[in-house]
Amino acid sequence: MADPTKEESPAAQETAAALDPTAQQNAQVLALLHSLFGEATFTDVHEPYGLLTVTTKREHIHNIVAGLQQDETLKFHFLTTMCGINYPENLNQELGMIYHLHSLVHNVRLRIKIFFPLADPVVPTLTDLYATANWMEREAYDFFGVIFTGHPNLRRILNVEDMDYHPMRRQYPLEDGTREDKTDLFFGR
Amino acid sequence: MAVNDALAGTHKIIEEAKEQQGGQLVPTLNDFSQELTTLNLGPTHPATHGIFQNILQMDGERIISGVPTIGYIHRAFEKIAERRPFYQITPLTDRMNYCSSPINNMGWHMTVEKLLGVTVPKRAQYIRVIMMELARIADHLICNSILGVDTGAFTGFLYVFQEREKIYEIYEEVCGSRLTTNMGRVGGMERDLSPVAIEKLRKWLKEFPAVMKEFEAMFNRNRIFMDRVVNVGPITAEKALNYGFTGPNLRAAGVDYDVRVMNPYSSYEDFEFDIPVGTNGDTYDRFIVRNEEIWQSLRIINQALDRLPDGPFHADAPHYYLPPKQAVYKNMEALIYHFKIIMGEIDAPVGEVYHSVEGGNGELGFYLVSDGGRTPYRLHFRRPCFIYYQAYSEMVVGTSLSDAIVILSSMNVIAGELDA
Repeated sequence: MADPTKEESPAAQETAAALDPTAQQNAQVLALLHSLFGEATFTDVHEPYGLLTVTTKREHIHNIVAGLQQDETLKFHFLTTMCGINYPENLNQELGMIYHLHSLVHNVRLRIKIFFPLADPVVPTLTDLYATANWMEREAYDFFGVIFTGHPNLRRILNVEDMDYHPMRRQYPLEDGTREDKTDLFFGR
Repeated sequence: MAVNDALAGTHKIIEEAKEQQGGQLVPTLNDFSQELTTLNLGPTHPATHGIFQNILQMDGERIISGVPTIGYIHRAFEKIAERRPFYQITPLTDRMNYCSSPINNMGWHMTVEKLLGVTVPKRAQYIRVIMMELARIADHLICNSILGVDTGAFTGFLYVFQEREKIYEIYEEVCGSRLTTNMGRVGGMERDLSPVAIEKLRKWLKEFPAVMKEFEAMFNRNRIFMDRVVNVGPITAEKALNYGFTGPNLRAAGVDYDVRVMNPYSSYEDFEFDIPVGTNGDTYDRFIVRNEEIWQSLRIINQALDRLPDGPFHADAPHYYLPPKQAVYKNMEALIYHFKIIMGEIDAPVGEVYHSVEGGNGELGFYLVSDGGRTPYRLHFRRPCFIYYQAYSEMVVGTSLSDAIVILSSMNVIAGELDA
């Protein structure tokens, strides 16, 4: 809990940030990202709970992940996980993919997000860089309908093959929409 | 040498078959001109220890290609979690890796605590460590003894199952249930370690090492066992990393990545333990690494129990931690908090958090996106089984059917975690 009577001066906060090893590492990673791919490539840079998070465009994602994999200083050699996400209210940015990378050598994690329209859910595949991306991308295709160009075997993985929709999209509520016995005026969704 | 020749022969057959079929192998085709056989291993087969299918194309006893089909027990946990308050998601995590449920439960609780900014007192953290390491031992015991069963040695399995039973009795003392434990709460444990639990734990800690020694004596240098597992299904460190391996399977390949050391959680930095690593990532290495991890877990439990700090067993966070039932009946405030928590009316901040713990099979991650509502906006589970099982079809090519069974059980693929 922050104590309002002990407002720290901006300078003191800066030194505190400089002493914090996580913040320091994140600053290094961000500087590297900027020097490799240009500052304009990344938007919405923030560090929720100490994990550096950047947003980029889908045209750049393959280059960035490949560049980070080849980079000799930080060595992001491990794709921890990736998952889709759906924000129906963000016009033309309804669908997203979120990648978690991990540099096992320096123990730094990085989260990269891309967003794209629901009508055009096409993203380059990472299977040529990481063998592990294969099933992760099939999962994202299965549940969100993201189409990965260049994927060797883009089929459904957990759901039945003849399913004709992508169930994790927000337009499919968990329960039957016509049911009224469970509507709760006070507690919402 | 003979193995290499056989492998070269198999590769030649694969190349020829590929050429004949226009560059692509059709896995379900019975090709009599090549004398290839299609074999369905699973979905229900006693040696897969779970429901998943592999369509194997065989040349005699050699496997030419394997196409895995998964999803037979997919229960849509990520979708269901979007309509559940945080504490109702804990039972969902039970059913992922059901061989070590407490690790899943506590990984999830720690994720929520990270989001909410709740600090858990030391005693609760130590109790968590004890329960998580017990779960790891139970998980590894099952995996290794079943590997014995698949190579024809039933005795070890029956012998260590008694010990797993005793671990489950300790679970019962701590949370009331055995397999799907739903152990702990957001903010700590639901009850303190009772004197009975501590007594059972101490007794088990005294008795178990002798059993483990006997189990190791039965397998580690057993000629018959070693002939079945040494150099079977090896994987290099580079390939294992590329395939996203974590946990004992990655460490068997020689990479010392362990979340408990790399990103310590729940006071793991207080304990002294080693990370065993293997050399060539074959089935024997995976077996030995798991055995050694059991010893290390015992070390951690002993340290945690000896240094168990006094103090509360849960955080002082009335907004998130359910009040004791007795207080709910008598005390207005407790009743209000009880109601608010049960209805999910807690103040969750808007944000996103990734937290991972070292599960029985590797890095078990929870990626939680919260929009401030009573349920997660999106919850993604990083399930280690799902991620490393995709290497299986590559690992079995060129091996025999009996080796494929052994590789499968040494990878410890748990269907619940695979399919979520």
